[in-house]
Amino acid sequence: MTNSPLSILKFRIIFILVWLVLLADNAMVIHFFGMPWTAAIIDSAIGNTLLLLASLLVMNTLRFYLPRGTQYINIFSICLFLTILWLILTKLFLRLALSEYEGYSNLLQHSLSIRFSIAFLLLGCITLISILWYNQQEQKEKEDRKTDAEKLAKEAELFKLRQQLQPHFLFNSLNSINALIGSRPVEARKMVQQLSDFLRGTIRKEETQWVTFSEELQYLQLYLDIEKVRFGNRLATVIDMEESTEELKIPTLLLQPIVENAIKFGLYDTTGETIIRLYAKKEGDDLLIRVENPFDPETSSPKLGVGFGLQSVQRRLYLLFARTDLLVTNAKENIFTTIVKVPQGLIS
Amino acid sequence: MNKVIIIDDEPLARSIVVEYLQNHPDLEVVQQCGDGFEGLKAIQQHQPDLIFLDIQMPKITGFEMLELIEQPPGVIFTTAFDEYAIKAFESHAVDYLLKPFNQERFDKAIAKWNEQKTNLPEKMTQSVLESASSSPAQRHRIVVRNGSKIKIISVTDVFYLEAADDYVKIHTQEGYFLKNKTMTHFEQSLDEQLFVRSHRSYIVNVQQITRIDPYEKDSHVAILRSGAKVPVSRSGYGRLKEVLGL
Repeated sequence: MTNSPLSILKFRIIFILVWLVLLADNAMVIHFFGMPWTAAIIDSAIGNTLLLLASLLVMNTLRFYLPRGTQYINIFSICLFLTILWLILTKLFLRLALSEYEGYSNLLQHSLSIRFSIAFLLLGCITLISILWYNQQEQKEKEDRKTDAEKLAKEAELFKLRQQLQPHFLFNSLNSINALIGSRPVEARKMVQQLSDFLRGTIRKEETQWVTFSEELQYLQLYLDIEKVRFGNRLATVIDMEESTEELKIPTLLLQPIVENAIKFGLYDTTGETIIRLYAKKEGDDLLIRVENPFDPETSSPKLGVGFGLQSVQRRLYLLFARTDLLVTNAKENIFTTIVKVPQGLIS
Repeated sequence: MNKVIIIDDEPLARSIVVEYLQNHPDLEVVQQCGDGFEGLKAIQQHQPDLIFLDIQMPKITGFEMLELIEQPPGVIFTTAFDEYAIKAFESHAVDYLLKPFNQERFDKAIAKWNEQKTNLPEKMTQSVLESASSSPAQRHRIVVRNGSKIKIISVTDVFYLEAADDYVKIHTQEGYFLKNKTMTHFEQSLDEQLFVRSHRSYIVNVQQITRIDPYEKDSHVAILRSGAKVPVSRSGYGRLKEVLGL
């Protein structure tokens, strides 16, 4: 529910001040027309208190019922009706309270139209201000909801991207384990452990989106170990990192899809041994990681470049940093290179 | 004694097939191969009765390898996960094993093959291939045989295709290559935004077209970047205009 404008202290003070000014003004005018101060003040107090009540009524009503489009005519009617009601009540009370003063009845009779005009004007103003206030309030709420929804969607997408797992990898690993069980049960058991640790990592739903580079490398190692069992001596990896990069931060599970892409590309495109190289260094404020894999320019599929695995990396980097230039790939001779930059400055 | 070849890029995946085959003394593994090239050579050399074939492999896929064999032997596919392929298999009789599979399932596949090998296995393999390779994910390249060599052509390098009896001539920068397929097959499997059947006997790569000139009555001719001229029939002209947004 939206709050009334009077929930804000500043508006409350203004509201009361305006009321006091009206009160004084009204009293002075009545006194000016020849009534003693007592009568003038009583007149002013009764009239303005009733007006105050009417204003509060309008404000509160609009809080629950905000006119749209053509319904403004209703608001006008309500204002008019309230003003008339106010006038009748005021006249009644004033007559009861002040009729013994000489000439007051006459003055009251003559001032009714001016009293009506002023009250109608004031109530109209209050109504308009309230409508504006509540509309703005509603808009703001809508905006807030939208931002919230966007934030949620972004988090969900980030989570999904993080735990992306290629079914191929999972089923082929299970198949390898199946083969090992018969001939080399100890290795089979080890691989089950590695696969579980790896899977546990991908479904981890912690808020900690960020890990240190050395933690990420440990996780990557699990993945590489599994792949090495699968592909035997066809797959070799070389990791070369500057010591200064160990404590740098990286979004968790960012590296694995990049390396997975390199392995697929390398292994599926060449028939001999494949060496995947990974270099990491600190460049300015960024953690810079370069992954290289061999490929055969003659036969590699034309969809070279940002395959699905890399697309998800790119999307993650965009969601996290709002930049599209952090992932770069290029192919030179028979080496395909993926370079990813992780800015360190903005991490909160 | 039946000869068996196992083609899979993962050594452990091959070893499980070998292990399960111990139940079938009438089947003898004559060779194990780690990719499609090796597989192709081995098939020619040994003329096996049955092959176990993985789909995702280095260089060329299992499907592409089969396309290059004129009379494929019985095939049992072994694959981890391939939604397109599975769809293709399901509608046909050739068996497939989803990794990981157990001995029981393996024995069933062998039994199925035993039943079928008397009933024209090539035809079935052929129909699986047709539907598998025309699935949308497949065709971004065409694998052809060029003498003893295997050539992989990216579809973006194809100028146009021309019908030639039982074959299709694939015209590229380096001349043309022959593929034992139908025009309809290519029309269906190639990206329709890139390749348009301009004529009963021609499919043209629209990105290669530099201009289209009128030619005789009712027909046109498309001039390609390479200077080649491709006939465009009246209905073909309509299709071209649609794709080019004219």
